[in-house]
Amino acid sequence: MQPTFSSSRILLPVRPWFVYFSLFCALLLNFLPTAHWPGMPDWVALTLCFWSIRETRRVGMGSAFVLGLLMDVADGSILGQHCFAYVLLAYGAMALARRILWFPLLQQALHILPLLIATQAIQAVMRLAVGADWPGIGYFISPLIATLLWPLLTLALLLPQYQPVEQNPDRPI
Amino acid sequence: MAGIDHAPPPFFKRGPAPLALLTFYIAISLAVFFVDLRMRSLDLLRQSLSLVVDPVQRAAQAPGSLVDLAAGYLQGLQALQVENRELKHAKLNTAPDLQRLAQLESENERLRKLLAVKEREQAKGQVAQILYTARDPFSRKVIVDKGQQSNIGAGQPAIDEAGVVGQVTRVFPFSAEITLITDKDQAVPVQIVRNGQRSVVFGLGNGQLELRYMPANADVQEGDLLVTSGLDSIYLPGFPVAKVVQVERDSAYSFARIFCAPIAAVENFGELMILDPRQALPPPPPESKGRGQVAEVVNVRGRKKH
Repeated sequence: MQPTFSSSRILLPVRPWFVYFSLFCALLLNFLPTAHWPGMPDWVALTLCFWSIRETRRVGMGSAFVLGLLMDVADGSILGQHCFAYVLLAYGAMALARRILWFPLLQQALHILPLLIATQAIQAVMRLAVGADWPGIGYFISPLIATLLWPLLTLALLLPQYQPVEQNPDRPI
Repeated sequence: MAGIDHAPPPFFKRGPAPLALLTFYIAISLAVFFVDLRMRSLDLLRQSLSLVVDPVQRAAQAPGSLVDLAAGYLQGLQALQVENRELKHAKLNTAPDLQRLAQLESENERLRKLLAVKEREQAKGQVAQILYTARDPFSRKVIVDKGQQSNIGAGQPAIDEAGVVGQVTRVFPFSAEITLITDKDQAVPVQIVRNGQRSVVFGLGNGQLELRYMPANADVQEGDLLVTSGLDSIYLPGFPVAKVVQVERDSAYSFARIFCAPIAAVENFGELMILDPRQALPPPPPESKGRGQVAEVVNVRGRKKH
């Protein structure tokens, strides 16, 4: 059976302020003290990935670079570590953008998983190569949890774009 | 005919090709990474970005500290009374030492003058509040609420009520980053109290410290107290750093493996004191003969140029 574009509902165009607001919220979530819990997802990477797929022209490698720089400063890590990983993530998401939306949400999440794992792994390799400490296995669990959150995140971030369900017979679209 | 060689409509304009953009951003990221790693010349960029990030981070910490505050408020009278009684007790315990401290210090100063030894440096500092732990899972750092505005500078040591906690490594306008002594390869010059032997203790990154490069037959025992030796221009002598918890002597290796546990509550939240930078040390003694000659030759050459 041919896969079909599972969301048959026609979405309203995205509001630009909502994109930036959600990215800001992701930053805030990353700054919360809960970020130290093992397996806590990297919210910025997840949200960035989402908008890079949905709004390829608005959010891309440029936004990824800026967000990465902010995360580096906030983390106290070496500048460029998050930038590099996020830029690659945004590129990977853009490359997937045409294909991934034809799948149901859980299969979309499976597409996202390697991207998020790669984002963490790149950062780990960069830091371990210059003599940092092994971060523990919890660091690599967080992409798995982020993947499980993908359907919920899709619902939450697309909510402002949904139209009312009732049909107007005069205007089929 | 005029329409044929038209440029494509703006609808199709999508900027540079994705691969070109990717190369561009990756090149910048890697350049920034290595410059920051090797040269540390991007601190201005970091400081200016921190002006934007820092308020957001403090705001994000607010709910957590509110919960703490509420917990403290609801803690109850009895717990506070118990704590108050314990504190009074502890104060009384240290009272005999403290009361004689002023007299001892002045006596020490007088004796040192008699012996014509340089006077002991006073330890002064500023109390700072730990705001949050840096999110970076690869290192052990905390952020405190004093920065350039309070004249904090990189390199100043930080202590708590029990011992050395770490060292200021980066300073921002309103905050500073303190690298804990348990951070991987963070070094503190120490001295064993029992026999006065000097060494350097390194962080292991897992909350422990290691006394490296001690011969396998070195006189180190479990339970030995390590205090700062003062042989650098950073830490004043005499602050407790760590306690030896395990000594592994294996004759196959030339060095013993000595593990220590920090004495200060290094990985806990709370207040700490950032000590003022030490006075400049006296100039190092003249170099040995061989190297001195080389220096002279260089000097002569330098003079010839003029």
